[in-house]
Amino acid sequence: MDYSQFLAMKGELSLIAVIMILFIADLFFCPDGHKKDGKPRLNTLLPVVLLTIHTLINIIPTPATEAFGGMYYSTPIHCIIKSVLSIGTIVVFLMAHEWLRQPDNLIKQGEFYVLTLSTLLGMYFMISAGHFLMFFIGLETASIPMAALVAFDKYRHHSAEAGAKYILTALFSSGLLLFGISLIYGTVGTMYFTDIPAHINGSALQIVAFVFFFSGMGFKLSLVPFHLWTADVYEGSPSTVTAYLSVISKGSAAFVLMAILVKVFAPMVAQWQEVLYWIIIASITLANLFALRQQNIMRLMAFSSISQAGYIMLGVISGTPQGMTSLVYYVLIYLFANLGAFTIINIIGLRTQRYTLEEYDGLYTTNPKLSFLMTLSLFSLAGIPPFAGFFSKFFIFAAAFRSGFHMLVFIALVNTVISLYYYLKVVKSMYINKNEEPIVGFRSDNYTRTSLLICTAGIIILSIASVIYQYIDKFSFGL
Amino acid sequence: MNLLSIFVLIPMLMLLGLWLSRNIRQIRAVMVVGASALVVAAVALTVAYLNARHAGATDEMLFRADIPWYPALNIQYSVGVDGISVAMLLLSAVIVFTGTFASWKLQPLTKEYFLWFTLLSMGVFGFFISTDLFTMFMFYEVALIPMYLLIGVWGSGRKEYSAMKLTLMLMGGSAFLLIGILGIYYGSGGTTMNLLEIAKLHNIPIEQQRIWFPLTFLGFGVLGALFPFHTWSPDGHASAPTAVSMLHAGVLMKLGGYGCFRIAMYLMPEAAQELGWIFLILTGISVVYGAFSACVQTDLKYINAYSSVSHCGLVLFAILMMNQTACTGAVLQMLSHGLMTALFFALIGMIYGRTHTRDIRELNGLMKIMPFLSVCYVIAGLANLGLPGLSGFIAEMTIFNGAFQHPDVFHRTWTIIACTSIVITAVYILRLVGKILYGTCTNKHHLELTDATWDERTAVIILIVCVAGLGLAPLWMSNMISDSVLPLVQVFR
Repeated sequence: MDYSQFLAMKGELSLIAVIMILFIADLFFCPDGHKKDGKPRLNTLLPVVLLTIHTLINIIPTPATEAFGGMYYSTPIHCIIKSVLSIGTIVVFLMAHEWLRQPDNLIKQGEFYVLTLSTLLGMYFMISAGHFLMFFIGLETASIPMAALVAFDKYRHHSAEAGAKYILTALFSSGLLLFGISLIYGTVGTMYFTDIPAHINGSALQIVAFVFFFSGMGFKLSLVPFHLWTADVYEGSPSTVTAYLSVISKGSAAFVLMAILVKVFAPMVAQWQEVLYWIIIASITLANLFALRQQNIMRLMAFSSISQAGYIMLGVISGTPQGMTSLVYYVLIYLFANLGAFTIINIIGLRTQRYTLEEYDGLYTTNPKLSFLMTLSLFSLAGIPPFAGFFSKFFIFAAAFRSGFHMLVFIALVNTVISLYYYLKVVKSMYINKNEEPIVGFRSDNYTRTSLLICTAGIIILSIASVIYQYIDKFSFGL
Repeated sequence: MNLLSIFVLIPMLMLLGLWLSRNIRQIRAVMVVGASALVVAAVALTVAYLNARHAGATDEMLFRADIPWYPALNIQYSVGVDGISVAMLLLSAVIVFTGTFASWKLQPLTKEYFLWFTLLSMGVFGFFISTDLFTMFMFYEVALIPMYLLIGVWGSGRKEYSAMKLTLMLMGGSAFLLIGILGIYYGSGGTTMNLLEIAKLHNIPIEQQRIWFPLTFLGFGVLGALFPFHTWSPDGHASAPTAVSMLHAGVLMKLGGYGCFRIAMYLMPEAAQELGWIFLILTGISVVYGAFSACVQTDLKYINAYSSVSHCGLVLFAILMMNQTACTGAVLQMLSHGLMTALFFALIGMIYGRTHTRDIRELNGLMKIMPFLSVCYVIAGLANLGLPGLSGFIAEMTIFNGAFQHPDVFHRTWTIIACTSIVITAVYILRLVGKILYGTCTNKHHLELTDATWDERTAVIILIVCVAGLGLAPLWMSNMISDSVLPLVQVFR
């Protein structure tokens, strides 16, 4: 056996190394965080530094490679999306610092890092899979530890409930997905991505197979009508985990869906575009309408993330290289904007236990900086210039428009106006509404500040600097 | 460094300065220095532009510069000005300058207020210098969103409702606009976003123009208070703080007219000729309906807001006549309306700041109590109803003159209908002036009020000088504009 092909999986290997180091280090660290017996404390710094090193050594994309007879393949664009996801994970770790300092969680710190990175590893494999089994294994690796993370605050009723909900829907969707894959195998006789397209002819069975496959992915991406678990899980899980779920998990699934649709289901393009067309309209419109009435900020962000997933699908539906570029760019910017907002929700929730919009009233009077940064993040999510969200929205609309989906883009645009209403509602609470007892002013810890700094820098720099878009554009592929 | 980029650079530096400033003196210093720099830059640009034209420069746009931004989508940061944009830049600079003085004593959160205010003006300046569809659209949106917070936080009355209504309606308009822009870009082959080059290519198929023209026109029309999408304007203006009303009615609404002219009509002339009549009816209704509505309002700001609907309707009305005279009139009307509306809103803000009411039933005999403000109010009113010697006359005269040149009976009929607005305007202005300024003052609290302070006088005098200047010596301005309008109307052949 030629061991050198392992080197093709440089990114995965270094991530495994990070996981192993953390796993072993956890044994030697003092469990309750107090210095005893001369044992050092496990700190957020160690995983963040390790993950940063991992990101940096993999940030330069490797040329296209293949390993294990096509089970695994990687192109520069895969490396880019992996880097994007690991940058997001760094931010999540930074914002998790304060939460993990709580007495309940102190002894579980090590688990949090290892579980999170395991899901990330699963996503890596899922992204780079060249075979449906490999893809499925990656997907499961990404979703089972996720359930444990969702239920991380196990003594909190909501968190445990959310964990149960998540694992049930995840398993159900995996079942659907697997059934779809088995039908494909039945009709084409192979599971290699490179071999399948030759046998895809759009027969009835293949359409059924595609629908099952797509439904499974729809659950992962929380697209309407597969979104029913989202709001409860987002509300119940710890806000750090919600942040991770809403950005990293969703971003990887979106990319994989696009890659599989344009590579494997290319001959069925008319059919999957039809399906996506209606799914996008439903996702964006319904999620926005539901979001209008939400009072809990976590639920609001949950519905916002469903509609954002719909926008991301606009990149998929075009199926062009331009669509893929705009998808990756959208995910990158959505990552910064959404994580920025979640960092603030997280720190406010931890310090004051407040999660409803009414309780955010008058935040500007006590915490002007946090409110300002929250406004930036929300404006970016809503697609207001000069923040980066405007650019990513424009590009993704342009990509879909170019492929002829004029009506769809128009509906999506009308929806941005609806979404602006609920984003502005948060801004209105913070700036305009009066409150007798606003959230008291506090100083955030340095990790939260760093996370906010990264997010804000991302939101502002990515709008002016066009190099990153150009860079991604060089490597994109499509139909 | 391009001369025009200064107009974006100065607001950026102002934002930075405001960010760093610690107390109200520093904030005011930054604002005054920045706003003066903008005025100086605008005047310098006008002089440079006129000199270049005298020297024989015949390009459609001068001082052009293109910097590639997102090459994958042919997006460039490209700037350039012709006579129309020069006039608009001059107007914006004057309004920003006077707006700064009009909000001299604004409380609370002064720093935040000026930050958003400056961001808004950055959007306005950026829009007028851009010649790239994408950057134009971007600056357009940059100018819209600060309105939400400016009205919501610092406004009065039903401010939350008005702010949300205004923002959502204008953003809805920009949704139409964005789809129109994408349509123009891909309809012309997807090779360039530069509007001059798109106009030169002139290759958008007529079937596509029929879709994208109404969308684009409507998108800009919402901001230009096109009937029936004008309803954000009265509420928004009534609730906004003084300087924001000034900037919004004075400059921001002009973005609508400018965009309709430069993007919708210029790039899709065939569809404009084919479908222009629909919008002509709508603008005609705007003109007359706005004037009638102003007659029955009792709130000073509402009167002026409806009057703005009427006058801005006239801008779009004139553009749709598609000849040189009428379009020159449209640009002059933008200038004239911008100046006198800003003057009006400034004066209303000053009166409201003293009497704490804008209800005309509670105001009377102000002439004896605050003579300076009252005289200025009369001047503004006279400019509004088109008295010769003030700017309103020049603009409306040119518009109706040009509109009647249109050979078509339909267009002439609508011109006659629109002409009635002159009379109706005189009705509500004279009624208003007679009601609140003359007679005896019945409210004894009002007797103790004082006249304008120095910062207020500065703002008002500058605006009056501009209004009278445009009215007395319009020729250099109208020549500059009409030379630049020519290439834009030549496409309608």
